This record gives sequence, structure tokens and C-alpha cells, in this order.
Amino acid sequence: MAPSDSSLGISLTLLALWCFIGLAGLLRPKSLGYVARTLFPLGALCGAALAAVSAVSLAGAPETAILPIGLPDLPVHLRRDALASFFLFLLGAASSGISIFAAGYFRRGAGTLPGLMCLQYHLFLASMGFVLLADDAYAFMVAWETMALSSYFLVTTQHGLAEIRRAGFLYLLIAHVGAISILLAFGVMQGGSWQFTFDAMRSAQLDPRGATAAFLLALLGFGAKAGLVPLHVWLPEAHPAAPSPVSALMSGVMLKTAVYGMLRVTFDLLGHAQWWWGLVPLGLGLLSAFYGVVFAAVQTDMKRLLAYSSIENIGIIFTGLGLAMVFHGVGMPSLEALALIALLYHSLNHAFIKSLLFLGTGAVLHSTGERNLGRLGGLIHRMPWVAWLTLIGALAMAGLPPLNGFVSEWLLLQAFLFAHEVPRSFVNMLLPMGAALIAMAAALAGYVMVKFFGVIFLGQPREASLANAKDAGILERTGLAWLALGCFALGMLPTYVIRGLRIVSTQLSGAALPRADAPWWLLIPLPDRQASYSAVVLFLAVAAVVLIAVVAVRLVYHRRVRRSAAWDCGYGTLDARMQDSAEGFGQPIRHIFQGFFGVERELPSPFDRKPHYRVVVTDLIWRALYAPVEPLVQRVANAFAWLQQGRIASYLLYSFVTLIVLLGLVL
Amino acid sequence: MTPIEIPTQALELAAALAAAPLFVGWINQCRAWLQNRSAPSVWLPYRGIRKLFSKDAVIARNASPLFRIAPYIVFGTMVVAAAIIPSMGTRLPLTAAADAIALVGLLATARVFMSLAAMDVGTAFGTLGARREMMVGFLAEPALLMVIFVASMISSTTALPAITEHLATQTLGLFPSLAFTGIAFTMVLLAENARIPIDNPATHLELTMIHEALLLEYSARHLALMEWASALKLFNYACIGFALFVPWGVSTGSDSPISLLASIPLLAAKLVVAGAGLALIETVSAKLRVFRAPEFLAVAFLLAVLGLLVHLLLGA
Repeated sequence: MAPSDSSLGISLTLLALWCFIGLAGLLRPKSLGYVARTLFPLGALCGAALAAVSAVSLAGAPETAILPIGLPDLPVHLRRDALASFFLFLLGAASSGISIFAAGYFRRGAGTLPGLMCLQYHLFLASMGFVLLADDAYAFMVAWETMALSSYFLVTTQHGLAEIRRAGFLYLLIAHVGAISILLAFGVMQGGSWQFTFDAMRSAQLDPRGATAAFLLALLGFGAKAGLVPLHVWLPEAHPAAPSPVSALMSGVMLKTAVYGMLRVTFDLLGHAQWWWGLVPLGLGLLSAFYGVVFAAVQTDMKRLLAYSSIENIGIIFTGLGLAMVFHGVGMPSLEALALIALLYHSLNHAFIKSLLFLGTGAVLHSTGERNLGRLGGLIHRMPWVAWLTLIGALAMAGLPPLNGFVSEWLLLQAFLFAHEVPRSFVNMLLPMGAALIAMAAALAGYVMVKFFGVIFLGQPREASLANAKDAGILERTGLAWLALGCFALGMLPTYVIRGLRIVSTQLSGAALPRADAPWWLLIPLPDRQASYSAVVLFLAVAAVVLIAVVAVRLVYHRRVRRSAAWDCGYGTLDARMQDSAEGFGQPIRHIFQGFFGVERELPSPFDRKPHYRVVVTDLIWRALYAPVEPLVQRVANAFAWLQQGRIASYLLYSFVTLIVLLGLVL
Repeated sequence: MTPIEIPTQALELAAALAAAPLFVGWINQCRAWLQNRSAPSVWLPYRGIRKLFSKDAVIARNASPLFRIAPYIVFGTMVVAAAIIPSMGTRLPLTAAADAIALVGLLATARVFMSLAAMDVGTAFGTLGARREMMVGFLAEPALLMVIFVASMISSTTALPAITEHLATQTLGLFPSLAFTGIAFTMVLLAENARIPIDNPATHLELTMIHEALLLEYSARHLALMEWASALKLFNYACIGFALFVPWGVSTGSDSPISLLASIPLLAAKLVVAGAGLALIETVSAKLRVFRAPEFLAVAFLLAVLGLLVHLLLGA
């Protein structure tokens, strides 16, 4: 069947176009003008088209197709339903902004050739699309691995540097541990029929123990991709290593494919959900949210800070997932739908916000060459476009009304508020405590974003070289503006977004929010609970007060302004170095949450001629879980080293013995 | 929409804008009485604001537009917050736009803009103040949310008027959970409004100030707006407290202007008592070192969470 007129067909064509655009990059791999100024905008157009098609097709009935490619007798099954459409929309909408930014971003320099990079980049995009459309385990795993490999090559673009190769290796390693785990989960889910289409898995009869094992394996696999604590260690290494548009894609979009996978497995493929399963992602999500944001607050590298903030947001998303699963298990459909919508909404928000912020850091990195917060500052004067657009992202990330980050957190808190009605004793008391953690994580996110924005863009420049910083070009501005507009629109028009998400939650689990007959500007998720929120009215009210205040103050009094030196309590000699550094701004957090960090500090003594202060914050989870693995691998390898004699005769002997043993087993 | 809604909204807004500086003046008056000082006039805050409005604005050379916009945004959010909180009547058209959680978000917006503006000029004190303000905020905000959560659970909604109506129409019974959260709320109020023991509104001593450090670079009309906004913030917190813990006397349910008018002297009485109580707390307690502030706020947060647990255990 060739559904050329259907949205599945159009989506597939667009994904194929991405592959061709990537291949076209190999025609003139060294020509930056051709690759960046022609191919990347085309890719952005494809992304926008994909978003448009997915938005239109969201309400349509599921479509399937079978493509006769791949191994004989193993055709590729594809399926587009509301869940896939939603994530395709996310992919298309976020990537179009990122691609248009990338068109202006890539410059001549060391590392991978532009043409090769274009291939990797567009293959990465297309493979994410195929992950979302795959309807059998083979296709899914092939797309999943293509995604992991293409992003690995993108992370190691600057492969001349040892630390970047190390970051890439760590990423690849954890991606593969995750992939094996997902593969095993599929193996369990086929339930003895040895059919690996998703349809077979939906109808497979699993015993509860098998289903639990499959769920936990899937959580491990997708959690590793999403960066759930304690599998998060690759994120703060890989995101700073990658070029900024790639970081934006990985953090904004790729992490969401893991969320998609988790939703697909738990709500669609695995039939026999136990209610307590939800407690696992809930607990890990709360841990990640808190852990991520606390670490983000003490970072001094702006991209590492954003990477930790991604861990926080993934934590919030998985908290929503866990909550939805608990509500599903105990049969509370309207609250389940609320939690599902909150998590989908937050995924979409995070895709826009985090892409915007990563691209903002990319623009700063390009014009200053600095990633270290301690050497930035005052860029709002030099780079006003980047600064003001990034401010929108920072405010949205901090979860402030009327922007989009607030809406999804509001929905999640609403879901938490009624979690005590879960008819399971003890658990119903613990669940509302989760709201306390989410509230604290959200408040800390505000702290992190004030630090992020304030240290980079506000204040005085901390280095003399910053005076030469230039604002981003027109293509980069367009990309940033597109994403900022997304943040604003998603925040202002939640009723429209939720109308779409309602379709997804209904199709996914049969749980629907009760319909509220409210006007378009008023969000009422649960009509019987009376709570409502309207970003538009709130925004207009504040804007009206601001306007009246400005007019009144200037008309009644005067508009005289005198510029002069900063007052600063009358101290005349304070210079830029006496502003808070990034370490300084994070210091209260380091102090309050001492137990979370491994802190190494070098303090200068009063008699030092060249006083030197250094503080390094390390991840205790790395020390506890990952550091012991390396000597263990070494030890195991040493134990088997005697096998490697280096003589051909002994290797022949091994083969011979193996054959004999196998024959003995088979016969 | 009932005919009482617009007058209620207008009356609340006017009362908040007009009475907020007076509330600050009243607290100063009480403090002076308690400390055996002769007090400045209770109208002093008004005179200060008027004087500042007519002065020339002096702005640091490297201040960005953000610095000039921030006072208006802070003022705007505080005014809108005042319009949402049911201090006199619950028939407020604007409350549909924001429930209790959105109110907390609105207050957080003001805090973030204030901190960003303080970092804008790039002075040592400004950034120090911003850091401390955010430190206080990230502990106080979840505590406030938990306080609101308990009240929301009792009345199973987060809409502020509905909470107030529910709590006001209960037969006079004690909610043990509200006792815990009441203490927590008072602590949050002290911390968020830069009162002793977290901050001292009367000091400009560099090492200890938080709120004043944020405003150091402001002058004239911008400072006036900031001062007015912080008076409004204190007024708002007091009204949140009334709405949650002493909601009696707020005009609920009825459309008659009588009950609305009757709520004016009641609100005034509550403010008089609350101001005196605040002055008493400030007089008998000493300012904490900045690094004891997190402990103070952690206690507030834990008390609020304890209130939540008590509510879940006892159902009251």
C-alpha cells in the first residue's frame, strides 16, 4: 500500500527528503555556502512542513503502512497515530527553528567537514522521525540505533580534542546499554509468539512477572536515553561537547523520543499494567528533578548548566508519567488524563525552551569564544537580540506566567493536588509530598535561570575581549525568534494546545478530560474543581497596569533622566571582577545542599603571593556507581588475559574445542 | 457576571493601592511604640513616594533597558496580585484568570525581575542582593505553595475565592493542619517581605541587607514604584493570610452592597491587628545571620509539609 495522499505518506516523504538533503551535502562537502545557506534552510522547511502535517493529522484515525524494505520476510511496519503525530509535531516544530539557526551558525573551522556534518544532522532528524513511526521492534531498533550513532558523530564533531572524544564515548556507551535493555524489553513483550510487530505485542498474553520485567527493562533503556538519574551522567558531558544546534536537538528533541518510547510501551504495548509500576518512574522522576536542578545551580559552564536543567525537566516529565500510571492503575481516568496532558505539554514546552536556550548559548559562544560563565557578562548591550530572546526562554524555563513553562507545571500541580484521593493507604499520603519536591524544583529553576541570564547578559563584562562581541546574524535571529514565539504562544493559548493533547490522551489510554464549556482564553482542566487559569487575561492585566503606570508617571510628573556612574553605596573603586561570579551565585545552594555534592576546594592562605581559589563540584553518583566499573572491567579483562597467547596454534585450538563442545551440546 | 463584581474589584484595587503604604506606616508606628521611640508620621511612606516621583531619575551609565522596565513590571504584577486576592469580597472577575498557584507564580515573576534588575548594573551589592533574594525565594516559594496546598485540599480547589468561601462558611472548628501552616505562612511572610529576622527594612548595612541591596541603584520614579510595590507585596501577603486563616467578614455569596461595605472596616481591623502583631514579632526577635536564613525557611517549609501530613492523617 502506498498511501501517497495520506498524512503518513507525506510524513514519510518528508523524512526521506531529510535523508536526501543530508546526502546532497556530500556533493560539495567543503562548500560552507552551499551546505549551510542552502541545505539547512531546506531542512528547516521540511521540519515546518512536518509540523504542519502532524498538527492537521492529529485528530485523524491511525494509519498503517508496510514498506517492503529491509531483510527478506521482514518488511518495515509503520503506523501513525495521535501519539506519533504529537511527537512528530514536536520534532518538526523545534527542528525547523534549530535548522534555520544552524544555517547561520556553522562556520569554517576544525572538525568534521560541513557536508559530512549535514549528512549526520539530517540523518539524525530523519531517524528520530522513524523512531516515532516504527510499528515493529526491528524498525524501531534500527531507527533507534541510527539516531544514537548519528548523534554520536555529531557530538564528536570537534574530534581533535581528547575530552570531546571521551564525552562521545561515554554517550555511546550509555546509549548502548540502554538499547540492549530496550531490545530485551521487546524480547519479553512478544510473549512467546516470536512476532515482533507492535500489534503482536499489544495482543500478547504476559504473566504479571514478565510484564513487570518488561516494564522495568524499558524504563532502564528509555531512562538511559532520557537522562534519568542515575543514568544521567552522559548528559552534562555530551551537551557541552556538541555544537550548540546539536545540543539543542539532543536536549530539546532526542530526549523526548525516550519519553515517547516510555509512553508507547507502558500505555500502548503492555496491557497488564500494575498500579504500583507508576511509583518507580514517579520516584526516579522526583529524584531527577531535584538532583538536576541542584546541580544546575552550581555549574560554571553555561552548557553544563543547561544539561543539568534538562535532567530536571526530564524528571518533571517522568514524574507526570508515574502519576498518570498510578491514576491509570487505580482507575481515576480524568486525573490520569490531566497528568498525561501535563507531561505531554511539558515535553513540548521543554523542546522549545531548551532549544532556545541552547541556541542562545551557541550565539554567545560564537561571538565570544567563551563557555565559562565566569568570563562573560554585560552581553545585553552587545547582543541585544540574543539577550532579549534568550530572556523569554529563561523566564519560561523558570516557570513564570504567562509563558509556557508555567502552564505545564500548573497542570502537574493540579494533578498532584488530588493524588491523595488515590484509594491506596500510605501511598496516598506520600504522593502529595511529591508536590512539595516539584514546587521546590520549580522555585530552584527560577534561581538557576536568574543565574544563567544574569551572569551572561547582565552586569559589566568580566573580560575586556567581550567588548568585541557581535550580535547574531539574521538567520540565527530568525531561529531564536521562532522558538521564542513558540514559547510565548504555547503559554498564551493553552486551551488550543490541550484540545490537541486531549486527542492524544484519549487515543492512548481511553482517559479523557471532562469537557469544559469555557471560552478560548480560559483554561479549566477539571470543571468540578473550579480552578482556572488564563494567561491572556493575566498578561493583559499586567500590561494594562504597566501602561497606565508609565503614562501616569510621565504625564503627571516628568520624564527627566540623568545618566551617571553607578552608586554602589558610594564605593568608587569597585570593578567588574567584584560582581558575583558563577561560583559565587551558586554558593548558597552549595552551602545548603552540601550533602549532594562532592566538593573539592583550594583556599588561598593569607600569605600567598598569587592567591588562587578553586572549587570543583563533582557528582557523587559518578563516584559511587560509575567509577568502580572501570577497575572492575580491568580486573575481569586481566583475569582472561592468559587466554591471549598471541600464537596462532592456540587460537586454532580454542576454535576446535569450541566446535567439539557445541557438537556435544547439539547432538 | 453579577452587578456586584465590578464594584468589588474596583474597591479592592483602590483599597490595596491606597492602603498599602499606610499599612507600612502603621507597622513603623507600632514598632516605635514598642521600642519607646517617637514615631514618624504614619503618612511618611506617602510623602516619600510623592517626593521620589518628582525627582530627577539618575541611572547608571551601563544600565540596560531591562533596568528601567523592571520597576513597572514589578509594580504591575503586584497590583494584579492585589486584584486577585479576595480581601473584601469573593466576587472578583479577575480571579478566574489566576488561581492560588498562579498567584504564587505572579509573585515569583516579580521576584525574578527584581533580581535581574539588581544584577543589571553589575555592582557587587546588586548581585549579592540578587543572590540572597533568590536564596530566600527558592525556599519561601515552595513553603507558600504548600500552605496553599493544604487550604486547597481542605476545600478541594485551588481557586482563591472558592477556598475563602469554603473556609469562611465552615462552622467554627479548628483545623489542626491550618495551625501548622499558619505558623509556616507567618514565617514566609516575614522572609518574603524583608522583615526581621531575615532582613531588616531599616538598615543599609552592606553585609546584612537583602531587599535594600536590590534597590540600591534605583532612584526617583523607579524607586518610588519599587517602594510602592514592596508595600503592596506586604499588603498582599497580609491579605492572603486573611483569606486563608481568618476569612470571616469577607463578603461571600451575597450580592448585596451592604456586606461589601461591611467588609471594609473588618479588613481595616484585621490590618491593624496584623500590623501590630508583625511589629511585635519584629521587636522581640533578633536578625539572623544570612546563613541562618535557610534554616529558618527550611523550618517554615517543613511545618507546611507537616500541615499537609496532618491534614492527610486527620482529614482536617
